Amino acid sequence: MAVVYEKTKLLTDKPLHYCPGCTHGIIHRLVAEVIDELGVQEKTIGIAPVGCAVFAYDYFNCDMMEAAHGRAPAVATGCKRVNPKNVVFTYQGDGDLASIGAAEITHAATRGENITVIFVNNAIYGMTGGQMAPTTLPGQVTTTSPYGRDPKLCGYPIRVSEMLATLDGPAFIARVSVHDVKHIMEAKKAIRKAFEMQIAGKGFSMVEVLSACPTNWGMTPQEALKWLADNMIPQYPLGVKKEVE
Amino acid sequence: MAKLTIDRETCKGCGLCADVCPKHLLALSREINAKGYHPIGITDQEACIGCAFCARMCPDAVIKVEK
Ligand SMILES: Cc1ncc(C[n+]2csc(CCOP(=O)(O)OP(=O)(O)O)c2C)c(N)n1
Ligand code: SF4
Ligand code: SF4
Ligand code: SF4
Ligand SMILES: [Mg+2]
Repeated sequence: MAVVYEKTKLLTDKPLHYCPGCTHGIIHRLVAEVIDELGVQEKTIGIAPVGCAVFAYDYFNCDMMEAAHGRAPAVATGCKRVNPKNVVFTYQGDGDLASIGAAEITHAATRGENITVIFVNNAIYGMTGGQMAPTTLPGQVTTTSPYGRDPKLCGYPIRVSEMLATLDGPAFIARVSVHDVKHIMEAKKAIRKAFEMQIAGKGFSMVEVLSACPTNWGMTPQEALKWLADNMIPQYPLGVKKEVE
Repeated sequence: MAKLTIDRETCKGCGLCADVCPKHLLALSREINAKGYHPIGITDQEACIGCAFCARMCPDAVIKVEK
């Protein structure tokens, strides 16, 4: 019998602490599989965020560092510039990347910093109990928008991928989703492409992954995936936003 | 015929794997694992086609598929 599928060696044996049905786990797996398949485990450094993925350093079987909230792109810049042969990625939530870290991601992107960013957009601050994020949808109920996000009061959600794609620095920016098997396969292809761009020295690459937070959305894992497909994808269209030759 | 190996102690009983099985072969067990979850089980191993949809959907890398 041949193995069709098994857990990649690029993930450690430590059980993930994420809630049941949280798609952070799927995204970890895809990133780990890509690092494994590209054969770059020994020279890869991942930068973990502040957010539910704060313990990512326990799960990836490569060198990992922890950054202050939102500062992963700055730490990644240092790791990459000190030794450009390193393959360096950040793994960041939407609160981490789009709110407190909005400056760091924007400047890393416009500098064309040769790093790969995995941006997990679940439209909420998961770790701290479900507060409104810059990516929270209009009308979405969170603990800090109990009547639904009112754009007149709180502004509109930021489409980070489209915004960064207007800059001259980035080499590759795509938005993907992990709400079903077909999209999971496509997400993996985009993550692979992003790492390949870095390895080829093309410059800044980012994959925004639409992700579910069943716990703070107040839904079952099944309802959360459906809500993602029905509500997040219309607000955050999937596809490649920028790709240089 | 394909073979599924399920790490029942790591499973969180979210059921996402069951929803994507084209043969509807996966269901939560009655037992409870050490974490307090009902782990997933396969109802008919003979009928499994080894597509690995379940394994690719699982957030916790619980399922190994051989064919
Ligand atoms: C300097 C600082 N400010 C605020 C916090 C509180 N805090 C921890 S995680 C977080 C946001 C997490 O949301 P996100 O990045 O979307 O990650 P998720 O948990 O949703 O994956 C905040 C505000 C902190 N830890 N440090
Ligand atoms: S709070 Fe949300 S994002 Fe955090 S682990 Fe739970 S489901 Fe995932
Ligand atoms: S491998 Fe395919 S057929 Fe077998 S249990 Fe998994 S999803 Fe169902
Ligand atoms: S998807 Fe994974 S964790 Fe969820 S029930 Fe299936 S095997 Fe268990
Ligand atoms: Mg978030």
